Amino acid sequence: MLNRLLSGDYPRSKVLAVILVAIFLGLASAPFLFPGVKALSVAAKVLIFVVLVASFDLLLGYTGIVSFAHTMFFGIGAYGIAVATTRVGPTWSALAVGLGGALVLSLLLSLAVGLFSLRVRAIFFAMITLAVAAAFQTLASQLSDITGGEDGLTFKVPEILSPSFEPFDDPFLGVTLDGRLLCYYLLFVTAVVLVLALLRIVNSPFGRVLQAIRENEFRAEAIGYRVVVYRTTSSVLSALFATMAGAMLALWLRYNGPDTSLSFEIMMDCLLIVVIGGMGTIYGAVIGAVLFLVAQSYLQDLLRLGSEATSGLPWLSALLSPDRWLLWLGVLFVLSVYYFPTGVVGRLRAAVRRAA
Amino acid sequence: MSMARDFDWKPLALVPALALLVLPFIGSPSTWLTLTVAGLAMGMIIFIIASGLTLVFGLMDVLNFGHGVFIALGAFVATSVLGAMGDWAGSDQLWRNMVAVLPAMLVAMAVAGAVGLAFERFIVRPVYGQHLKQILITMGGMIIGEELIKVIWGPAQIPLPLPGGMRGALLIGDAAIEKYRLVAVAVGLLVFAVLAWTLSRTKVGLLIRAGVQDREMVESLGYRIRRLFVGVFVVGSALAGLGGVMWGLYQQSVVPQMGAQVNVLIFIVIIIGGLGSTGGALIGALLVGLMANYTGFLVPKVALFSNIALMVAILLWRPQGVYPVANR
Repeated sequence: MLNRLLSGDYPRSKVLAVILVAIFLGLASAPFLFPGVKALSVAAKVLIFVVLVASFDLLLGYTGIVSFAHTMFFGIGAYGIAVATTRVGPTWSALAVGLGGALVLSLLLSLAVGLFSLRVRAIFFAMITLAVAAAFQTLASQLSDITGGEDGLTFKVPEILSPSFEPFDDPFLGVTLDGRLLCYYLLFVTAVVLVLALLRIVNSPFGRVLQAIRENEFRAEAIGYRVVVYRTTSSVLSALFATMAGAMLALWLRYNGPDTSLSFEIMMDCLLIVVIGGMGTIYGAVIGAVLFLVAQSYLQDLLRLGSEATSGLPWLSALLSPDRWLLWLGVLFVLSVYYFPTGVVGRLRAAVRRAA
Repeated sequence: MSMARDFDWKPLALVPALALLVLPFIGSPSTWLTLTVAGLAMGMIIFIIASGLTLVFGLMDVLNFGHGVFIALGAFVATSVLGAMGDWAGSDQLWRNMVAVLPAMLVAMAVAGAVGLAFERFIVRPVYGQHLKQILITMGGMIIGEELIKVIWGPAQIPLPLPGGMRGALLIGDAAIEKYRLVAVAVGLLVFAVLAWTLSRTKVGLLIRAGVQDREMVESLGYRIRRLFVGVFVVGSALAGLGGVMWGLYQQSVVPQMGAQVNVLIFIVIIIGGLGSTGGALIGALLVGLMANYTGFLVPKVALFSNIALMVAILLWRPQGVYPVANR
């Protein structure tokens, strides 16, 4: 049973297994374990980013393609939900139409970008996707009739998922059972299903071909695999999963705008999480997302303390200002590419191999 | 970069062809002239920035996604230098302006070049030969650079007014041509001429071109390509700094994120040019500059997409860019 669920891809490290189980249980019981609005929204963001980053890892870690357009598909998913519910109203069919439309758009767009640019040099792809993503972001803020422009769209979700829905009078284990909680568990189940599906994909024969292409494109082609077809399929699949993650984001926030789902910063966050967690392992996305989002949410508080403590030294204080947290993440990122290229998961697995 | 007899003129002819093609759509010749000069000026500035990047890629096969940070750095250094020389920069006499702008450019180039040296040493050197890591780590380098600029100059937009003597426009017939655009074209031509001369008429240039074509061969002849490369990287960063000054004066303001914004344009330019070709980068930059100004006038909403459409069209015609570099 477990073997089928995980597609035979076990953590292969006791420490890693313990951490993963702890994360799973922590996220499953987050509303009861960590009460409070901030903690729950961090947990929900973790769920969303696990899916987003795992889908990005399918492209970067497994196929060896660098794309900068991944948040474009994330944004399409979020805008799909946002636009449909603003137009049609907060109904389930609107959500279905929004998600369906977004998936179709992502499919066509990723197919077009993939077929056009994956046949040329791999290095082109990174630059072309950077340009396409920038263009899409401009488009989203220009088409203000549809997307709400820079202001974005605030919308309602079906009654049962909104905070005002409170079916029971008595709290359960000290937590009020409301629509917010239901929405969280909807995200949780979706994230688990999507991550398991991604594990299935990367451990299928198809996934093995992707890894072969990553290791040696020329040999993969020589064995008889059409590299362009596999690369394009990988980028389309990855785009579809990112679209789902975008829909999850919109459902949770009940708002979407260019900065929320399309900004380049989110793209950088994805890169950072993949590298920290470990490229080419879906589990890396899970660990990376938890580490990163907890750090992002609480690092700024830490920096604020440092900045106040050093207020006598203006330069140091400016360096430690909470607004400069990205600087420290950037340093961390460069250092992890240097010294930590296989990420947390790679390190843990290597430790097992060394002990054996 | 191929010389003389077998020169491939078709890409070069694209530039006047594009300019003549849009003439009927714009209608008024004077407006067309204004837009064309503006487009060429913008193209020249982009070329100055892109030339270093394309050489670095062509010579060392290093893809530097952090190139944009040198643009922003140059521009911010210029705000400080020009700010300190307020009297000279604010004057209405062109020669007095020059006394302020020239040092600003030189200091910007020196600072960008020095930072480029450190950037090469600490960010790029450990990841030679690994494209994926290059992209990741130079991206990280750009984040750090951008944040450090915010620490030094603050996160807000800073005005960078044009010196008095460079403001205003000349009238040629009915066409108004801004003086600064002419300055930009002149500086761009100068940079191109110096680069072209260095690359085609000096021994260093010969080695660089040979290194782009076949690195192992040049190394086996006893030349240290790596040292040459560091030099090219520093010069490329310095040129990006110069381009940043020009761009900042063109926009008359600078923001720490300007490097990331210009990055997209530069990548389009060097892809069109053929990744590694200086001549290709010039043609790509001029096409992008012209296209941006024409579409900005005709259909403003699609200005950014026009560059991508241009890139797609060129790649459909020549999938390796207009002047592909031989061995890639």
